[in-house]
Amino acid sequence: MVSGGVSKFAKARPDATFQKIVKESFDYAMNDVPKLKHSRIDGSVVSYFSDHFTRQLMAGIMATDYLGLCPKPNKRVEGGGATGGLCFQAGWEAVASGRMNVCVAFGFETMSHVPTWKGNEFIALASDVNFDYPVGGFYSGYYAMMVNRHMHEFGTTVEQLAMVSVKNHMNAYGNPYAQKRRKLTIADVRNSTMVAYPLTLLDICVMSDGAATCILADEETAFKLTDHPVKITGVGTGTDMMRMADRPHGEVILAPNEKKSDYRNLKYPGVHSFRAGRSAGLQAYKMAGITDPLKQLDFIELHDAYTSSEIQTYEDLALCKYGDGGKFVEAGCPFMPQIDYGMKLPMKGTLPVNPSGGLIACGHPVGATGLMQAVFAFWQIQGSIKKHYGNGELQLKKADRGLIHSHAGTGTYVTVSIMERGW
Amino acid sequence: MARKNPTNPPAESKKVEELMTGTTVFNIPLPADLKALKGMSPIVIKQPYHIDYIHSYGQDSPFFAGLSNGKLLGTMCGKCKYTYATPRLACAQCGRETKWVEIPQSGRVHTFTTCYFGGEEFLKETPFHLILVEFEGVDTLFLSRLIGPVGPEDIRIGMKVKAKFRRNSQLKPTDVYFVPSE
Ligand SMILES: [Zn+2]
Repeated sequence: MVSGGVSKFAKARPDATFQKIVKESFDYAMNDVPKLKHSRIDGSVVSYFSDHFTRQLMAGIMATDYLGLCPKPNKRVEGGGATGGLCFQAGWEAVASGRMNVCVAFGFETMSHVPTWKGNEFIALASDVNFDYPVGGFYSGYYAMMVNRHMHEFGTTVEQLAMVSVKNHMNAYGNPYAQKRRKLTIADVRNSTMVAYPLTLLDICVMSDGAATCILADEETAFKLTDHPVKITGVGTGTDMMRMADRPHGEVILAPNEKKSDYRNLKYPGVHSFRAGRSAGLQAYKMAGITDPLKQLDFIELHDAYTSSEIQTYEDLALCKYGDGGKFVEAGCPFMPQIDYGMKLPMKGTLPVNPSGGLIACGHPVGATGLMQAVFAFWQIQGSIKKHYGNGELQLKKADRGLIHSHAGTGTYVTVSIMERGW
Repeated sequence: MARKNPTNPPAESKKVEELMTGTTVFNIPLPADLKALKGMSPIVIKQPYHIDYIHSYGQDSPFFAGLSNGKLLGTMCGKCKYTYATPRLACAQCGRETKWVEIPQSGRVHTFTTCYFGGEEFLKETPFHLILVEFEGVDTLFLSRLIGPVGPEDIRIGMKVKAKFRRNSQLKPTDVYFVPSE
């Protein structure tokens, strides 16, 4: 990866159509790699999640032509909430296969065109319309059922969930691209409006208008374009059954740092864990040569559509054992070492998760989200956070290797990509 | 409106008919200097969108017929005996075609939530409880509504529940719902 750019995520962008929002993120990325001539781009991949939100079929090509990337190759990639992560990997595939030397991966979503509850209805259509949607289709409800089971199985608490919200909102304070930058307490999160028990308004990400662009190149070209390229050393993609009710109750898929005896009585994945996330993580770890992710990763940008899914994902990514996600956050492990959260955190900064503020605070313009994570991770690894954010508050001292994680449905598509300092 | 003599219409008929539907704008004054247009506020219009889908339940149809007969139909794989509470006609374990079986009408709450908001279509029904039901001898779960308890504090995982059926079938999965049975 040689460059990246994002539009500022906002609740609504009535001033611009999706093409212009995409162009903002594309121009940002192009300006950051001045040696790259537009003519040297070999093609692109584009992602957006929902034709319902756009009310424009083939919006992908309209964004592509607005960027002046015709008649070069392009295709749309879509996979629910993981759309952006899949697009990033499709861009990587185009380069890794040798088909392109320079590929632009960009994505967008304009969710403000319908009222919030209509938007929730559209999103819920990403559940089985024969058996799930008509019962009261609502993603926050689905995630609430998952976390209630997680709490039952492992003793996870609502305060532990709230800590994720405090962390991510506080981190976003230093990120000018984030939609929600707020200093909160655990009590604020718990006293906020209940949406689907036990998840409150502050446990849940918001809808956004936004776009993100990543420019990918092969190694030789990359070094011609920049002195500080970031190498993608591992990719993994996992899937699971659309209907949560259909998930098996079998044996845990073990990570290299786990044993069968760790999980004698656990039925897996059930509805408390994401088999797709575990599968994607293990593929990416294997490819990148990671056997102990907690030690071998410097930071993670993961898909925290819900505070609960961040905790579930710590476990899927084997940062801790299944069931220990709540304790992991309570100990302070995923918090930034340099930020004051107003809480006692004995193991603060072990492995910062969502230094950017994640989806909860940055916003979740679905087709852009997975690419946004790649851009924030890219800047973190380059050590260029100060340049791009206008302040260095969120720059980690050591950020040589990061992980990005994109997640769809109730865990139906999950992508994990490992990004490393390439110079 | 169609006019007579379409082969040689009079000049004035080439005008577009003036409509009074959708957005009506009488005048948006333009500046003398077109550069100033970059500062113009966006024009935002409303676009209605309504569709009636002709949706077929396809191979899942017998399930809905079952509900209207007061029965919960699931499927079972003849080879691996895996039983699905929410029917699927192809076994996800081995790929074989499954057969229809009747599943128990009582089970336990595997997990639950109370929705205080929802998609627009269901907003008027909030708050409502969603549960995943587990049944003895059945390998997968079933999503349904739980009727009766007031708030989430009245529901617990493991609680016994039994199926009830709407008298007037709507041919929707909500033709069945569960109530506490302990
Ligand atoms: Zn089978």
